[in-house]
Amino acid sequence: MSATASRLVDQLETGLDAPICLTWELTYACNLACVHCLSSSGRRDPRELTTAECMAVIDELQRMQVFYVNIGGGEPTVRRDFWELVDYAVEHHVGVKFSTNGSRITPQVAARIARTDYVDVQVSLDGATASVNDRVRGPGSYATAIGAMENLAQGGFEGFKLSVVVTRENVGQLDAFKRLADSYRAQLRLTRLRPSGRGADVWGELHPTADQQRELYGWLLDHGESVLTGDSFFHLGGYGSALPGLNLCGAGRVVCLIDPIGDVYACPFVIHDEFLAGNVRDPGGFERVWRESELFSELRRPQHAGACASCGLFDKCRGGCMAAKFFTGLPLAGPDPECVLGHGERLLAERDDTPIPKPSVDMSRKPPRRVPAKACTQSPLEVIPAR
Amino acid sequence: MACAASTEPSGLLDRGWRVAPQVAVRPEPFGALVYHFGTRRLTFLKSRLLLDVVSALADHRSARDACRAAGVAEDELPRYERALTTLADTGMITSRES
Repeated sequence: MSATASRLVDQLETGLDAPICLTWELTYACNLACVHCLSSSGRRDPRELTTAECMAVIDELQRMQVFYVNIGGGEPTVRRDFWELVDYAVEHHVGVKFSTNGSRITPQVAARIARTDYVDVQVSLDGATASVNDRVRGPGSYATAIGAMENLAQGGFEGFKLSVVVTRENVGQLDAFKRLADSYRAQLRLTRLRPSGRGADVWGELHPTADQQRELYGWLLDHGESVLTGDSFFHLGGYGSALPGLNLCGAGRVVCLIDPIGDVYACPFVIHDEFLAGNVRDPGGFERVWRESELFSELRRPQHAGACASCGLFDKCRGGCMAAKFFTGLPLAGPDPECVLGHGERLLAERDDTPIPKPSVDMSRKPPRRVPAKACTQSPLEVIPAR
Repeated sequence: MACAASTEPSGLLDRGWRVAPQVAVRPEPFGALVYHFGTRRLTFLKSRLLLDVVSALADHRSARDACRAAGVAEDELPRYERALTTLADTGMITSRES
């Protein structure tokens, strides 16, 4: 549909009047404590937006013609006004896709969601078997997610999403995930593990190896648009042809995050003061933050490729993911830690002991987990029993 | 899914079309975003001219008339026909007949 010569990606990098893809974490409260939680969720923040404030945000999104929001958390369904807000959004022509661990997707809820086109749901599962999943998401979480998917399928919801964060431990299960999704008439969605939130504590142990990345890339190419990725693997484009999707870092340009207390960050994976653009409670609300914040204006200006400038593959990977670089302590102008040519790995190995930035928010119920000291000889994960 | 006839290159321009009921169009500096709430598919219109054509569809007897009204040159028509065919195939626009 190219009616002009200019490349779409160049246009998008200069920003849009409103985000295409807006993530809204409604609460930091969560009944699970996944080791890789991107938002370090656990406890509710007492400053959470009220129902009325959430509705005011939805009014703004309607005015800005944001087609849909990706609601997450925390576990968003633990908010008492969750369904009220979903209904309000739908009535105001803002579609809702929400992420859940499945714990509240009863048969009644499933039937209810199945009735409207404007509500979509993604159930998180990080292992195609209970043993792989529960090591990351906690004991019983596999059974919970499977139960939710059964309810959704029984309720007649076709095409809900089974959402998987790809790790070193589950990357060998991609076919099994696909079969699982197919068996519930769901669509598989694979996303990248980022060193964000508690993910920073386990990223070194859990991010796919170079060989696994290569395999993953091949698998994604083979499956094309039948598998969703939230555009998260564009850093693998350097292997060859581009994967389906926009293939750019959308932070502050086409995506952003509203957190439970109304703070607006450039993307869901950079909950850090350096990427905080404003708050929806500020005068002018979300619209003003999106259109006028200094941070977003800066992100929409041409970015320096830095160390990647001379690389022939830059046009394909565009330097990779900003969050992945930031939370591994790599310069933003330079290679992704998972650069397909290994430049990121090399830089990580050469890093001095400059402290790595920590997320600005940590609502974890327990002290953040630490990886075992003798990482190579132990299980990459230590699941500490709840105390 | 659009009916089989919509994929026939000939004929599309001579029929009447409109933006499908479940579809929202958001103008942007480069053109527009088009979103289908049923299929949850997002499409980019990469020029304001194509946006003008799509916006004019409902007000004209045929897609050809909508193109002309928007200012599409005769020799550009095949390109716009292809673009409209894609929009029809993905259910973004729908035939006013039948």
